[in-house]
Amino acid sequence: MSDRRTISVTINGETYEREVETRLTLADFIRHEVLLTGTHVGCEHGVCGACTILLDGRTARSCLMLAVQANGHEITTVEGIAPNDTELHPLQQAFQDNHGLQCGFCTPGMLTTLIEFLGDNPDPTEQEVREAISGNLCRCTGYQGIVAAALDAAKRLQGQETAGA
Amino acid sequence: MKPPPFTYHDPRSIEDAVALLAEKDNAKLLAGGQSLMPMLNMRFVLPDDVIDLNLIDGLAGITEDGDTLVFGGMTRQRDIEYSDLVARRCPLMKEAILNVGHRQTRNRGTYGGSMSHLDPSAELPSVSMAQDAIVTVQKKGGTRDIAMADFPMGYMMPSFELDEMVTGIRVPLWPEGHGYAFEEFARRHGDFAITSSAVLLDVEPGGRISRASITVGGVGPAPLRVTAVEEGLTGETGSVELFTEIAEKCREIDAMEDVYAPAWYRQHLASVLTRRALGKAFSRAANGTEMTLR
Ligand code: FES
Ligand code: FES
Repeated sequence: MSDRRTISVTINGETYEREVETRLTLADFIRHEVLLTGTHVGCEHGVCGACTILLDGRTARSCLMLAVQANGHEITTVEGIAPNDTELHPLQQAFQDNHGLQCGFCTPGMLTTLIEFLGDNPDPTEQEVREAISGNLCRCTGYQGIVAAALDAAKRLQGQETAGA
Repeated sequence: MKPPPFTYHDPRSIEDAVALLAEKDNAKLLAGGQSLMPMLNMRFVLPDDVIDLNLIDGLAGITEDGDTLVFGGMTRQRDIEYSDLVARRCPLMKEAILNVGHRQTRNRGTYGGSMSHLDPSAELPSVSMAQDAIVTVQKKGGTRDIAMADFPMGYMMPSFELDEMVTGIRVPLWPEGHGYAFEEFARRHGDFAITSSAVLLDVEPGGRISRASITVGGVGPAPLRVTAVEEGLTGETGSVELFTEIAEKCREIDAMEDVYAPAWYRQHLASVLTRRALGKAFSRAANGTEMTLR
């Protein structure tokens, strides 16, 4: 008999209540139960970073959490990053402008990782950016465009702050 | 790759957790999940019961108790990384923690989890060994302390019993102005190191070394104190020549061999990293002198 629990998880501002098997990973919950397929699953053992989400504002690999552990927590996935349906987040815009993606498989994890990183370190060096994404594998870009996008986004986000202040 | 079926428990107190641990004979404790979850996904472990420690209050935190830092078992690696207390009083740990996985895994991974998993090249067990930490474990009906020297029993095998869990780690601190350095070599940033070296030095005015602690990780089945190097340093005055010569003793350590590296290579890394770490630690010590060792 399978061990099941009812959980309630807020994803991108919307609360989802589901009865799930306790062994279900958070990544599979997001993709298969909530049907938000923007979060990608590459390795399912914590190596590739594609499944990175924000849990209460902090990055976590969703393949290394059980869905039941997210009960009562708030999650942001790549679908929740943009401010609205027509505009991109400055980081997403920087990715587009700097060729920060090709196939896009790694992109959701790169974006969530960099959002937290730029919050921790708003004015990073190139070396720091490379270190920040060292837990995210990209098989297409050679990372150059991603690093350029992150540095560009840091500038844009800082500009936004001064403009808003 | 999906976890095998198990029964999930989320106790709210340490007492409830250890009671479950005593009652279930094929149970696994889930702390930060950065090692257990991959092992579940790959079905390297097949527990009947998983006991999640994340909802227990009061199992995380860093406090200062005289000349000791006290860590709760569920203290996240990120909280160690950003702790002013750790940076100020235990700089070796601060330097080492930046090599632990990645920001995403440090957000979840815990001190107690890392100690219980006891990977031979994991940074926190190495730092604990270097600082002579004391691990507190609890089971139904009692707690006990295990000195770090007695903590590893073998490869990935801590010496506590199956019905015990790590609840805290006490880390004795070195005096202000001590020298410290953590050096490691890994194929990719954030990977488990092939070999690491952790060095602590107490240096008297004039450059005489009064106390030395040298730990290599990834060489033996668990972090190892290199007493031959410690003894060779104590009472001597730090110099490039001394450090270069003494670090060579690391080549005599009985080293592991696996698909990643042969024994001679780990011995070589241990000597090079220890040499560099000694130079760095001596430069950083209040009574040391600036020197660079390659
Ligand atoms: S799918 Fe989670 S890290 Fe690769
Ligand atoms: S864009 Fe294809 S994996 Fe990164």
